[in-house]
Amino acid sequence: MHNFSFNIKHVGLLALLGLPLLAMAETPEEKGLAIAIEADKRDTGWQSQTASLEMVLRNRHGQESKRNIRTKTLEVDGDGDKALSIFDSPRDIKGTAFLSYTHALVPDEQWLYLPALKRVKRISSNNKSGPFMGSEFSYEDLSSQEVEKYSYKYLRTEEIDGREAFVIERKPAYKYSGYTRLITWLDTEMYQPLKIEFYDRKKALLKTLTYSGYQQYEGQFWRPTNMSVVNHLTKKSTDLHWKDYRFKTGLTSRDFDRNSLKRAR
Amino acid sequence: MLTRSSLSALSAALLCIPAFSYAGEWSGYISGEFRAFANSPTDARQHDNNLSFSAQPEYYTDWDNGRQSFTVVPFVRWDENDDERSHVDIRELTWLKAADTWELRAGIRKVFWGVTESQHLVDIINQTDLVEATDGEEKLGQPMINLALIRDWGTLDLFVLPGFRERTFPGEKGRLRVSPRVDTDQAIYESGDKEQHIDYAARWAHYLGDWDIGLSYFNGTSRDPRFAFGQNNKGQPVLIPIYDLIEQWGLDLQATLGDWLWKFEAINRSGQVDRSGQSKSYTALTAGFEYTFIGIANSNADLGVISEVLYDERGDDALTPFADDILLASRLTLNDEQSTEFLLGMIFDSDDAARLLTLESSRRFGDNWKITLEGQAFINIPDINTELLVGVRRDNYLQLEIARYF
Repeated sequence: MHNFSFNIKHVGLLALLGLPLLAMAETPEEKGLAIAIEADKRDTGWQSQTASLEMVLRNRHGQESKRNIRTKTLEVDGDGDKALSIFDSPRDIKGTAFLSYTHALVPDEQWLYLPALKRVKRISSNNKSGPFMGSEFSYEDLSSQEVEKYSYKYLRTEEIDGREAFVIERKPAYKYSGYTRLITWLDTEMYQPLKIEFYDRKKALLKTLTYSGYQQYEGQFWRPTNMSVVNHLTKKSTDLHWKDYRFKTGLTSRDFDRNSLKRAR
Repeated sequence: MLTRSSLSALSAALLCIPAFSYAGEWSGYISGEFRAFANSPTDARQHDNNLSFSAQPEYYTDWDNGRQSFTVVPFVRWDENDDERSHVDIRELTWLKAADTWELRAGIRKVFWGVTESQHLVDIINQTDLVEATDGEEKLGQPMINLALIRDWGTLDLFVLPGFRERTFPGEKGRLRVSPRVDTDQAIYESGDKEQHIDYAARWAHYLGDWDIGLSYFNGTSRDPRFAFGQNNKGQPVLIPIYDLIEQWGLDLQATLGDWLWKFEAINRSGQVDRSGQSKSYTALTAGFEYTFIGIANSNADLGVISEVLYDERGDDALTPFADDILLASRLTLNDEQSTEFLLGMIFDSDDAARLLTLESSRRFGDNWKITLEGQAFINIPDINTELLVGVRRDNYLQLEIARYF
C-alpha cells in the first residue's frame, strides 16, 4: 500500500519515544485486549453501512456456485450490530432476507423472511457455528466482532505479505462457538485483520481466512475487497468479493425491524 | 373473478404509480410437474398420472429511495387433465408506501400469519388455492387496503378486504378431490352482498426477548366453506360450498429458547355452521415444538424434530379432518451449497387408525434450477360417507417438480 513506508517510520518514531518500555509492564493478555479495544475504537462511528457482495463457493473439484447478497448494518452503541442481508441469487431464494440483532455473549435474535410463503420466521440462533448459505463461512465469522466476544493474548509482531501485524490469540467467550481459538494477524496500521486461523473444537486447524484489497472510507474505516476462506478438512473454499461500501447512510432502527424484512429488496 | 370492489382497490394501487416509468426488475420461475398415483382413482372419471406446467413472473420497481414500490405477480397453470386446475391468478399487484411510523399497502396481496407447521389456524386473510397444492399451503391473491402502524409497542396492521375469493376445488377429472366433487358455480353466501361483502381484519404483533406474539381479529366471510349436497345441471350429485359470515379472534405465540422452538396458535370463531348444522362459537388450537439437533454426526446437517397437537372443540362436527390429531415430523437440512432439505411428517388421528403421511424435499441444481419431490399417503382412511378424507383414500401420490428460476 502507498502509505506503507510512512507506517514503518511512524512505528520507529513511537519506539524512540519509549513505547516498548510501557509495553513491558503489560502481560500478553493485557496487551492483546488493549489492541482489541484500539481496533474497536478505530472502527467506531460509521453509524450505518451498506454493501454488496458476491460469494463464490468452490468444492474440492473446483466447481463453483455463486450467491449475490446485499447487506445493511446499523451500529449499536454498547451492543452488537443490527444486520439485514438480502439475497438476490441463487434465484430460487431471491428476496429471502435475514435479520439479526447480534449480541456479544447471549444468543442473537434472528428472523428469516421467506418470500414464497410471505412468512417471517423467528429462528434459533444458538448455532452461530453453522455454515452461512452452504459456504465455508459460519454465521459467527460474519457477525459483528465485539470486544467481549473473546479473551485475548498477544503473541508477537511479525511481517505477513509485506505488512507488519500483531499476532493475537483469541478464545471465544461464547459457549456455543464452533472454535476453541483463533490466531489473528492484525495489521499494525489499519488495526484490521489480514489473516485468521480457526481451530475447531478438537483444537485442530479447521480453516484459514485471508483478507485483501483494503480501502479506507470516510477517512477512517478500512474495509477489505476480498475475503477468502479455505477449509483444510473438506478442501472447500469460499471467496467474498465486496463492493459498493457506503457509510453513514441515514438508515435507522426502523430499517432493521421485522416490518422491513417483508419489503427488503 | 374480480369483483367491483376489488377492482376499486386495484385502481387505487394503479393510481399511485407515477405515470413515467422506472427501471424495474423481472424475476420468477417456470415449472413442470409430474404427479404419479399409486392406485386407480375412487371415481372412474378422475385422471391417473398427470402432467402440469406453471409460471409465476414477478415485476418489481421502487422509487422515493425505496420508500415506495410497486409489485406485480401473475400466476398461470396449465394442467393436462383438470380444467379447474388450469387457472390464472394475480398473486400480487401492490403499491406500497413506507414511512417512519406506518406502512400503507393497496392492491392484491398475500399475507401470512402464524407459527405452526401442521395447520395454519390464525392465517385467515387469503383464500386457499386448493387446486394448486393438496396441503392447502398455496393461496389466492386478496384485494386489500392495509395500514400498518409501527410503534414501540409493536406493529398494528389494519385491513379492509373488499372482494371475497372463493376457494378453488379440483374439477370432475381432477385429483385429489372430495367425492362427489365441489361445484363452485353454485356457491352460496350468508351475506346478501355475496362475494362483494367487505371484510375487516386487524393484527397486533410484537416481540419481547425470546417471545414473538400476534393477536388477530377477523370479521367477514369465512374462507372455509361448509358443504350441502346438491345436483349440477346434468343431474349429477355435487357438493355446494356455503360461505358463512364469521368473527374470529386469533393468538399466535412462539418462544425461541435455544434449540427449542415452542409454538402455539389458537382461534375462537363464531358464526361458522358445523357439520351437524349448528352455529356455535368454538375454539381450535395447534400447539407443539420443534427441536433442532445441530451438526449431526459431525456434519453441517441439522436434524429437526417437530411435534404438534391439533385440536378442534367441535370434534367430529368440525369442517377439518384434524379435530384431535398429532403431528410427528422430522426435518433434515443439509446446509450444503444446493440447500438440500427433507421434511417427513405424519399426522395421527387419535380416534382411529387414520394416518396422513407427507414428504417434502428439495435441492438446487446449478444456480437456477430447483427440483422438488413431494408426496402424500393416506393410510387407513375409513370408507364411510362421514369421513372427510374418503374421496382421497386411493390418492397416494409422488410428485416431481422441476423449476427454472430467472
